[in-house]
Amino acid sequence: MNKAGAENTGTAASRSEWLSSRHEEFKRAKRLRKRAVFAVQGSLLVLFFAAWETAARLGWIDRLLFSYPSKVFRQIYVNMADGSLWHHLGITLGETAAGFVLGTLLGTLLAVAIWWSPFLSAVLDPYMVVFNSMPKVALGPIFIVMFGAGFTSIVVTTLSITIIVTTLVVYNSFCGVDPNLVKVVRSFGANRRQVFFKVILPSSFPAIVSTLKVNVGMSWVGVIVGEFLVAKSGLGYLIIYGFQVFNFTLVMSSLIIIAFVATAMYQLVVYIEKVLLSRR
Amino acid sequence: MPPVVELKSVTHAYLGDREASLAVEDLNLEIRDGEFVSLVGPSGCGKTTLLSIIAGLLPPSRGEVHVNGRPVSGPSPEVGYMLQQDYLLPWRSILGNAALGLELTGRLDEAGRKKTLELLADMGLKGTEHYYPGQLSGGMRQRVALVRTLATDPGLLLLDEPFSALDYQIKLQLEDLVAETLRRRGKTAVLVTHDLSEAIAVSTRVILLERNPGRIRRVFEIPDRIANTPPLYARDQPGFAELFHELWKEMELAGKIEGTAGKIEG
Repeated sequence: MNKAGAENTGTAASRSEWLSSRHEEFKRAKRLRKRAVFAVQGSLLVLFFAAWETAARLGWIDRLLFSYPSKVFRQIYVNMADGSLWHHLGITLGETAAGFVLGTLLGTLLAVAIWWSPFLSAVLDPYMVVFNSMPKVALGPIFIVMFGAGFTSIVVTTLSITIIVTTLVVYNSFCGVDPNLVKVVRSFGANRRQVFFKVILPSSFPAIVSTLKVNVGMSWVGVIVGEFLVAKSGLGYLIIYGFQVFNFTLVMSSLIIIAFVATAMYQLVVYIEKVLLSRR
Repeated sequence: MPPVVELKSVTHAYLGDREASLAVEDLNLEIRDGEFVSLVGPSGCGKTTLLSIIAGLLPPSRGEVHVNGRPVSGPSPEVGYMLQQDYLLPWRSILGNAALGLELTGRLDEAGRKKTLELLADMGLKGTEHYYPGQLSGGMRQRVALVRTLATDPGLLLLDEPFSALDYQIKLQLEDLVAETLRRRGKTAVLVTHDLSEAIAVSTRVILLERNPGRIRRVFEIPDRIANTPPLYARDQPGFAELFHELWKEMELAGKIEGTAGKIEG
């Protein structure tokens, strides 16, 4: 290094010192921003509940219709303590998990079937379009007649919502695989089974995993609507029951529990996605 | 000994919704053991179609195709195919990609794995076995693709513009590597390319096709002096420039013919 260069850029040690101090600054700024976002988020939540409580106590909103937070949380606490909450929560969770897992699995299997047979795909196409456009909830009464008023028809209602969407998304990703990747394995004499398991399925793995996220939300819709229609237990049942006996505290507390549990389930799926895709 | 590749009056038509077109018509071709044949010609002359037919990926509409004296009925491990890009599977390690052919043909044993590792080392890829394709440069990835093709030990290699997506310098290096590797191992090769100077530098014979429909227009035998020199230096051999200009002129003529004979609109 000549002298002018040394003066301009400094020694290696001072340069790395400068670089690491800049890096520290950058990280500190990022941390501060994260904290600010978190603080505002928290304040919004507290503000919302405070406004709700105040409005109800001062009579700005009808206490009978909207209840108020302290009462709602007391209700949740009481139901937790006497164990009745766990019963309903367990049933709803079971239905959601069953609908979610089966929907993803069956939807993916259907996608595999129509990929395997282009003829089947052409035949089923209009039926899938019709079934996909249809509000599946309208089929609820038919499911109740077929499967009885209970667990099975709730899961089937959920499946009717999740399966076709899963099939369409996964099938599209099967078709979107680069044909040249297929050509590579075909040039080695691979049969359709090998093409599927060596190229198509692993290529589509991220798409399949991302349908998991969509299906979590869908499953909750299916289960709650299903419980509205038939159930004698579950969180959806508590909402409908609370509505019928005008116990809106029960309705609100069920809503809060659903929000909490659905978010937890979604986060779990996000975590699973991260683990599954981290090896790529 | 039968020719490695033998095409007898091969015709191929593409049938679409709007039209049917002849990609290749009544084409006869023989390629002998150890030859390096380049197919050049204007776009739409059926070069890639021809390669797919020889590979057994595409059954011709009419005519006979023989490889090593046997009729072709589908892809076989005797024939290796290399595409424009590496098309490595991103979720497989380099070794996993290189051994893909062995795995698909059910020959991935300890010996096969060892041979693949040696081939990788030969191509200057030692130490990258457990990397993933995303971590390698374009030239390295294409070398992995070459190893993948060679690992199943095919006697005939079909190269579909394997250098076209690379930077010029890397392209020249890889041309050299491929040509030398195939010559040393006594492989027969068919190369499809747009690059006339590449065709002359690596081949023993250059076949110029014309389009609409695809037919052989002219065959250029490359003099031994150029054919036996590594591609990088072949370009400096006396006679190279003359050959290039002749091929260029003929290519211009072939591209000008806007034949419609092969097309049936409908």
